[in-house]
Amino acid sequence: MKIEPITGRYAHIELEGREHRVYFEEAGEGIPLLCLHTAGSDGRQYRAVLNDAEIARRYRVIAFDMPWHGKSSPPAGWEEEDYRLTTGRYTGMIMSVARSLGLERPVVMGCSIGGRIVLDLALSHARELRALIGLQSGAFVERYYDPAWLDHPEVHGGRACGAVAYGLMSPLSPRHEVWETVWHYMQGGPGVFTGDLHFYQVEGDVRQRIGEIDTSLCPLYLLTGEYDYSASPRDTQAVVDRVKGAKLTIMKGLGHFPMSENPEAFLGYLRPVLREIHG
Amino acid sequence: MIERIAQLVNADPAIVRWGRHMNETFMVEVGETQYLVTVAAGRIEKVERGPFVMRSWRFAIRASAEHWEKFWRDPPPPGWHDLFALLRRGEVAFEGDQRVLMAHLLYLKLALASLRKR
Repeated sequence: MKIEPITGRYAHIELEGREHRVYFEEAGEGIPLLCLHTAGSDGRQYRAVLNDAEIARRYRVIAFDMPWHGKSSPPAGWEEEDYRLTTGRYTGMIMSVARSLGLERPVVMGCSIGGRIVLDLALSHARELRALIGLQSGAFVERYYDPAWLDHPEVHGGRACGAVAYGLMSPLSPRHEVWETVWHYMQGGPGVFTGDLHFYQVEGDVRQRIGEIDTSLCPLYLLTGEYDYSASPRDTQAVVDRVKGAKLTIMKGLGHFPMSENPEAFLGYLRPVLREIHG
Repeated sequence: MIERIAQLVNADPAIVRWGRHMNETFMVEVGETQYLVTVAAGRIEKVERGPFVMRSWRFAIRASAEHWEKFWRDPPPPGWHDLFALLRRGEVAFEGDQRVLMAHLLYLKLALASLRKR
């Protein structure tokens, strides 16, 4: 029998004046590395990073499920409201989780919506963070499909969300990891993916502000898979063109969920970045 | 090329199972050429080539022959590997009953991508 070196626990954290039960997993010791999952998914996407022996020697890797996602609950009274992620809510949540867990100047790594919010963290909290790693980062994505169909009583939400996630991955990624990633999407609660996409496709536009990012305060690494069409290499390049000192890596053969759809290939790109940050 | 879709899908139970609840006729337009694809419980019953006179369909997926050719390469190039990749480029149009299309999206993606098999 194999047991992974990952510990999962629940933290009770107050967010926006409301009690939240937040699930998080961690492994390793050293510099805190806080990992942010994609819209409509959960921290299982970082299973390979949490299991990596080299990273665990130098980093305390932590992946939490956002409220409403994975094993984290929505707050009491959720049945009376629509879930909607915004920039302020997202940044506030990340900093509250970091403070509550006692993380001192963590590295924050996020993918997709997480790759977007690291750009906001670079603007608003650079001095409190050691480094930022954006996976599939873009300053904004215009809506190109109607996410209302992902939360509709006559469309199975799990099937539809899974279908959207499936296509964002690379045709070259190992099939079992692709379908593992799809499964996480199929397990999302009604309206949660759509609520995250409100931030990603409507409210969370940082195009006007990214020129003010100062990478001398907090280094910014951007890694993007070439098969992603939601945050494409061109979208990340547009960020790098405006942020002096941001370091870009295009990941060959990877798609929108690099850490989950092809963990081995992704770790090959991530380990050198983490070595550089560690110094 | 698209005529092969019936044989490819019907021989692959892993695709058929995702369309188990689909019983519809939809249109695929490859440039100027129209095809009507009829699905019964995930199996493709027939593929008809147009032109058609007064035929009904639930939804249509339209793209140029050149763009379908890229989509059907094995492996497809980045940015051409998924129906929604074409959608973000503005190179595919979905018409008709979007609800039915979205309800069966995973099946449709897998079925159309099956044409990449040689």
